[in-house]
Amino acid sequence: MKIVVMCGIGLGTSAILKVNAERALDRLGIEASVQATDVAGVRAAAADAQVILTSSELVDAIGKTNADVIVINNYFDVDELVAKLEVALGS
Amino acid sequence: MPLPHLPLDAITIGAHAADWPAAITAAGDALVRSGATTSAYTDRMIKVIREFGAYIVIAPGLALAHARPGADVLTDGLCVVTLAEPVAFGHPHNDPVSVVVGLAVTGADNHLQFVAELANVFNDPKVIPALAGATTADFVQSVFEQTEAPS
Repeated sequence: MKIVVMCGIGLGTSAILKVNAERALDRLGIEASVQATDVAGVRAAAADAQVILTSSELVDAIGKTNADVIVINNYFDVDELVAKLEVALGS
Repeated sequence: MPLPHLPLDAITIGAHAADWPAAITAAGDALVRSGATTSAYTDRMIKVIREFGAYIVIAPGLALAHARPGADVLTDGLCVVTLAEPVAFGHPHNDPVSVVVGLAVTGADNHLQFVAELANVFNDPKVIPALAGATTADFVQSVFEQTEAPS
C-alpha cells in the first residue's frame, strides 16, 4: 500500500505529515509506504497510491486522481490521522 | 540530524504584526539575526504562501514558515516568533495564528530526522498554547530542548 503526503514545496510541512502518518499507521498496524511530494510532483507520485493526505488549501491543486484525498486539519494530531486513515483504508 | 539548537536570538516574544506577511517577516528577521539565513530567504517564505495559500498553518494557531533550500540558507536553522495579537492567514480551520515557527534547511534529503524532532515537540497539544503565552525567550528555548522520542 502506498500513501502520498503533499504540500506546496514537498518538504517541511509534508515531512511533518509523513512522520505523523507513519506513527498513525503503526498504531493501526497497517504496513504502507509514505512518500512526500509537492504540488508539481503529486500526479506522478499518486499514480499508484491509495490515499493522498494534504491540507484543505491544496486539494484543488491535485486535479484528477483515483486516490482517496484526505484533508488533515491538524498535522500534529496523530488521533485525527488515525481516525481518517482508518475510515479510508477500511480496517 | 537532531533539531538545530534554538538560540535565544532566534526567539521573538510578542511581535506586533499587522498581517500575515508581517508575521512571516518577523520569523525571517529572527532567522537572519541568528545567522541561519539572509533576507532573501524571508522573501521566498512569503512567496510560498502567495503561491500555494495558507497551508503552512498546520495546526490551530501555528504557522510553519519555510521555503526550499537555497543559497540564502547559510546553515540549518529554527526560529520561534510569538505574536502579540493573533493574525489571520486565511486558513479555514487553524486561524488565527499566534505562533510562527521558521524553518530553514540546507538540504531536502537530510531534514527528515530534524522534522521528526519538531513533531515530537508539537505532538503534545499543550505546546502551542504554552508557546503563545510565553513571556520569556528562555521558556521557549526550554520547550524545544525537551525532545525525547515518543514511545
